Amino acid sequence: MNETNNQEEIIICRDVHKWFDQFHVLKGISLTVQKGEVIVIFGPSGSGKSTFIRCLNRLEEHQKGQIIVDGIELGNDIRNVEKIRQEVGMVFQQFNLFPHLTVIQNITLAPSWVRRTPKAQSRELAMQLLRRVGIPEQAEKYPAQLSGGQQQRVAIARALAMQPRIMLFDEPTSALDPEMIKEVLDVMIELAKTGMTIVAVTHEMGFARAVANRMIFFDKGEIVEQGTPHQIFNEPQSDRTKLFLSQILRH
Amino acid sequence: MAAIDSVDIRPPRLVVGPLAWLRKNLFSTWYNIALTLFAAWLLFLLIRPAIQWATTEARWGVIEANLTLFMVGQYPRDQLWRVWLTIFVLAGLIGLSWGVWKNVARGFAFIALGAGVSFIAIALFYQWDVWTQWLIAVAILLAFYFIGLYLPRGALITALGWFLYFPFIFLIIAGSKYITALPSVASNLWGGLLLTLLLTVVGNFGALPLGILLALGRRSKLPVIKYFSIGYIELIRGVPLITILYTAAVLLPYFLPIDFRPDQVVRAMIGLIMFEAAYQAENVRGGLQAIDRGQYEAAHALGLNGAQTTVLIILPQALRAVIPALSNSFISLFKDTSLVAIIGLFEIVRISRSILAQSDWLGTHREVFFFAFVIYWLFNLAFTYGSTRVEEALGVGKR
Repeated sequence: MNETNNQEEIIICRDVHKWFDQFHVLKGISLTVQKGEVIVIFGPSGSGKSTFIRCLNRLEEHQKGQIIVDGIELGNDIRNVEKIRQEVGMVFQQFNLFPHLTVIQNITLAPSWVRRTPKAQSRELAMQLLRRVGIPEQAEKYPAQLSGGQQQRVAIARALAMQPRIMLFDEPTSALDPEMIKEVLDVMIELAKTGMTIVAVTHEMGFARAVANRMIFFDKGEIVEQGTPHQIFNEPQSDRTKLFLSQILRH
Repeated sequence: MAAIDSVDIRPPRLVVGPLAWLRKNLFSTWYNIALTLFAAWLLFLLIRPAIQWATTEARWGVIEANLTLFMVGQYPRDQLWRVWLTIFVLAGLIGLSWGVWKNVARGFAFIALGAGVSFIAIALFYQWDVWTQWLIAVAILLAFYFIGLYLPRGALITALGWFLYFPFIFLIIAGSKYITALPSVASNLWGGLLLTLLLTVVGNFGALPLGILLALGRRSKLPVIKYFSIGYIELIRGVPLITILYTAAVLLPYFLPIDFRPDQVVRAMIGLIMFEAAYQAENVRGGLQAIDRGQYEAAHALGLNGAQTTVLIILPQALRAVIPALSNSFISLFKDTSLVAIIGLFEIVRISRSILAQSDWLGTHREVFFFAFVIYWLFNLAFTYGSTRVEEALGVGKR
């Protein structure tokens, strides 16, 4: 990999290791993401894929190696971490909306308090985003009054309200009923087409086929294989990849 | 199928009328009938003499003759307008809150309104002249309700009003030697319900912020703060309130410079705040622990810093979750204020005992303590009802 910091390389991971107590979760992950790339990470549960994506905005700390996001290295300096988190949006499996705030308050909270955006302006942006994810009429409701799919779309709007340069998705459709998965995937596909840099942990192979530039197969804390969707689906190299794909694509 | 689709089927009515209820719950089997009759007979045995006593033997005149003493203790009679003033401002604030926050404050507003109207009726019935003051209070409450409905920035103004209200009552009741209109009234003259309520309100609202800080401190990653909080909470929870009140009354003056020795009431307030803070801290900690990890993660992922996460995301949810526990502590402290009698303050219970020493009213223990009992009970009932309504109104996001 090229040592000089190419402007296009927005995420650089070098030999990232992490342990939970004695358990070695990440065993030397090296990965570079170009600006505008859409990366899909998949693999069996417990393979460390969620842990890895959570290291990218330091919700988890890595213990060895280097992670550089948008030119800033993630370390113990909380200022750097907060700066990176403002540029990196994240969407969670369990939505994690703030239940005591309305939809619009959920979305405007971070821009008002972190970016100091004037109220009228952040509301304007929030309504724009709600229209983009297709639920402007829910603005004044509380999260618990929405369906799972609607909640996840609000969560995406909330992350986008900070106008991040990178979006992380951690199994965004795993907690949803089948009929709601599509509405969330549609929003994600639309987002990918706008040129946003996306790193998504998901098993939605339709999404991967439609927009992913690269797919990365994780197993036992290591990157086993990576390639374009075409390569991964049609000519997977590793037996582990073949086995896993046959399991999730059977039906 | 068609019939089911087109006609609304109502849930079956399981209980029909009071007679059916009686039959189902009290007279369903022979042994239930026997138990019901036996219990009714026992109740009759207990209640008959009580009613007989209350209507014939009891000398309720002791209450009427000493009502002012019950309410304000030895507070100078020519300064009573100051107590009324605090009540009027309170009525205004309740009305304003009702208008601004609607459902959330409606429970308390209804109680205040009901109390005010009852007081007018009672005063008119006994031909006491205070009915005019209560009428003014009710009128102020209603007037401010309508103001609250249309007031721009109402929430901010009302919150500020409540915030300023506590120092305000203190200034009005205590007075100051620098203000001629408000000559100072020594705190050993405060008494009765006035003192009980002051101690309760100051104790609780002084303790809550302290308790929140202690609860956050106990979960802090900094060892100094963490172990100080744990030490404080466990020390205070490990000793009875009486010992803390004694400490505040007797030992506190030795630690403070001579010029700055607070009087007995303020010492009692400090003692109550210190005591209550430890309990409120544990209540709040319960709420903090109930918050899902995902809430912290979502807040951090958006770039909020630690303080913003705590204040904007975690505390509002934690406090809402522990309203039942907080109001439980509130009620406990209300009743515990009776212990300040021991350090020489004339709150309701001590006032009751001093009334019993009057030569005109010897032997009226039952009447006097029954009255004190009713005061405590009514206030707690009202508070419980009001806080339940607040809880329901704030539960919106949970549904």
